[in-house]
Amino acid sequence: MNAMNTPISSPHTTTTQSVSRVMVTVMLALVPATLFGFWLYGWPSIWLWLVTVGAATFGEAFCLRLMDRPVLPAVHDGSAILTGWLLAMSLPPWAPWWIGAFGGLFATMLAKQAFGGLGQNLFNPAMVARVALLISFPVQMTSWVAPLPLDAIGAPGPISGLLVTLKGIPSGLDAVASASLLGFAKTELSRGVDLLQSLGHAPIPTWFGSRPGSLGETAAWLIAAGGVVMMFLRIISWHIPLAMLAGIAIPAAILHAVDPARYLDMPTHLLSGGAMLGAFFIATDYVTSPSTPKGQLIFGAGCGVLTYVIRTWAGYPEGVAFAVLLMNALTPIIDSYVKPRIYGRDRKGSALKAQR
Amino acid sequence: MGFFERIFKEPRWGVHPDDHKRPAADAPLRILPPPAKVYMPLQQHVGGAARPIVLVGQKVLKGQLLAEPSGNISAPIHAPVSGTVAAIGEVTAPHASGLGFTAITIDNDFENRWIESEPVADPLALAPEEITKRTAAAGIVGLGGATFPSAAKFSLGRRLKVDTLIVNGGECEPYLSADDRIMRDSAAAVVDGVRIVMRAIGAEQALVGIEDNKPEAIAAMRVAAKPFPEVKIRPVPTRYPMGSDRQLIQTLTGREVPADARAAEVGVLVHNVSTCAAVHQAVRFGRPLVERIVTINGGAVKEPGNIFAPIGTLVSELLDFCGLHCEPARIILGGPMMGTPLPHAQVPLVKGASGILAFDAKEAFVPEAGPCIRCGNCTRACPMGLQPLEMGAHIRAGDLDGAEKFMLGDCMSCGCCAYVCPSHIPLVQYFNHAKGELWAKERTKLRVDASKRLVEARAQRLEREAKEKAEAAARRKAERAAAKAKAAAEAQGQAEGETA
Repeated sequence: MNAMNTPISSPHTTTTQSVSRVMVTVMLALVPATLFGFWLYGWPSIWLWLVTVGAATFGEAFCLRLMDRPVLPAVHDGSAILTGWLLAMSLPPWAPWWIGAFGGLFATMLAKQAFGGLGQNLFNPAMVARVALLISFPVQMTSWVAPLPLDAIGAPGPISGLLVTLKGIPSGLDAVASASLLGFAKTELSRGVDLLQSLGHAPIPTWFGSRPGSLGETAAWLIAAGGVVMMFLRIISWHIPLAMLAGIAIPAAILHAVDPARYLDMPTHLLSGGAMLGAFFIATDYVTSPSTPKGQLIFGAGCGVLTYVIRTWAGYPEGVAFAVLLMNALTPIIDSYVKPRIYGRDRKGSALKAQR
Repeated sequence: MGFFERIFKEPRWGVHPDDHKRPAADAPLRILPPPAKVYMPLQQHVGGAARPIVLVGQKVLKGQLLAEPSGNISAPIHAPVSGTVAAIGEVTAPHASGLGFTAITIDNDFENRWIESEPVADPLALAPEEITKRTAAAGIVGLGGATFPSAAKFSLGRRLKVDTLIVNGGECEPYLSADDRIMRDSAAAVVDGVRIVMRAIGAEQALVGIEDNKPEAIAAMRVAAKPFPEVKIRPVPTRYPMGSDRQLIQTLTGREVPADARAAEVGVLVHNVSTCAAVHQAVRFGRPLVERIVTINGGAVKEPGNIFAPIGTLVSELLDFCGLHCEPARIILGGPMMGTPLPHAQVPLVKGASGILAFDAKEAFVPEAGPCIRCGNCTRACPMGLQPLEMGAHIRAGDLDGAEKFMLGDCMSCGCCAYVCPSHIPLVQYFNHAKGELWAKERTKLRVDASKRLVEARAQRLEREAKEKAEAAARRKAERAAAKAKAAAEAQGQAEGETA
């Protein structure tokens, strides 16, 4: 009877959706791509993933404890696990353990809890951490290996995989250090070798994605499939992913047609780097993207175009993380200029004239 | 609804909660055995409370006038049973606060004697003014829950030359089926009422909007409306809040009611199906509004369904009649989306009550609110195109003026935003709080302005009076001086004369 004595405003019924259900659904959409990545890169990638997710969750719990806030409900909502997971998807799979640990802690402690916790952060925590790592540890963050599937001869087992993560890649192991496709193209271009020649020696991406790169890069198709499932479940809308992919695809198609020796083709751009992961899982982060459909289109297109610009003309071969962070900074401005039209009012907010 | 319709035809606003309407909607209408006492509140409508014209101890017949309207916007109250006036005093109002309001208590004599009524053979031949007068005298108010006096709306419609009557059979609130039941059981009465209202407001056509989750009601209304081509039955998609007048007007006519304007200004008027049936009763048979159909539903109710009951019956009697599995965890007057929680069941049924819900603990469970993750679901759901997350954030920070800049005043508290929120933030609670504060601030400002004007007026008056006083004094002084001079002159003249 206690509930009856406290007046509660309507509505008296609510959706069965909840924050943790949203987060769990996003994680489930990531599972196929993650498992495929684990199979391609073997035990070191599994250990790195565990370290990163664990560090992100620990960072979250530690900060909440410091602030005397309840720890369990916040950790149960799954947002810290998801942040760590997305970060792990963007790391070189054989990176040392401290890359994952530093990145995970940085993501939830500095990029999220320092802003006030879930819903308050201006920038996407996983991307903040990735950029911090890339700038601080450029060597480790750009050391890619060619895939060495779990069942391949010479692939490290659980113990030797753990040693790879803890101590680095031993010289005896049959791991081929390699550049990612975007990195390779950029290096060759800067040496004055044009793409028509250099791509003949490039690490060829196979149709199922077996190529050097992060977990989220190699499994581009599975990432996209997970994203489409999220759209059908109405967890995300189509606006950001479509606008972002179009923002990459359109300039890529035009410039490649103009000068194929200087500019990579459109499919390579869409399937390389973090394009798919960024479009479906990173840029669509609710907290750091605009809340109206129109704003989301602008945001997505901005992420896409900036990604292309950074990849093509800036110093880094990959630009998704930078592009998303730059657009995150614009989100409050987009949100204050792009608003839905209110019923009975024009776009400026003045009342309509009565019409019969 | 097919895939194509789901993507392209469904309105972009609103939510689609589980409707929980059946089995209650399919149960046949039951008639409540007459209660021993009824409590008829004086304020069951928007506007001035009615003024009692009966005395304690007086015998009254069913349908006899108990209280007359006061002011332009008001409605009379009639006796729902025959019997003796036992008291005129406070009862608990159907409001979350549990505060009291005045009601007339009648002891039922169980004789069910009606007053002499004046049936009209052909109400459609009556002058619109006469229909309006009879509707006003019958105490009819908007039965969908808005409780605005219907006759006042008729006059407005006539004045603004409304061309279309929109009949609201949407009943988009989950759990409720009172309108569904009246359309299924008394479609002919509803259609007759619709035609009488059309005559009263001078509309050329009537569009009856019924959500497509009520196929039986649509079929029954189509049969009843067949002889009258001007009454068009229009199924509308099932989407909350389809029964909100602005949304229904837009769905049926494509017209958009401007902010701060009334629906009549775009040439339409909305009346609920139950209101139309009540107009039919009042104008054709001369029967005032003293009974209504009310849905009793919710997890705690044993036999949910629709009950025909005298207005003024206690909610507890209605719940007892339907039986309870368990002590209800929450009792709600109206639907779950916009209804009012009742402090207890000793509250009278009022004219605007289309449903009483007794929720069990599971239904009444409110998850704890979490932080806003800016998912934007509320913005997508808002039928008014507002941004509830921004308004909520401003209100939380105490910046009510900031919330007003996001057009908080256009919010109709439909509850879509709070319903879809995955963090279960009580957004409507925030908005109601802010609206109340802003309203109080506005009132204070008006009061301050008024007293400022009074002070200024007083200062001006004092100044004027002082000036007038000074002028009068100066005048008197001048007069005195003049008189003195005159007297002196006269005295001198006299002296001169004497000397001469």
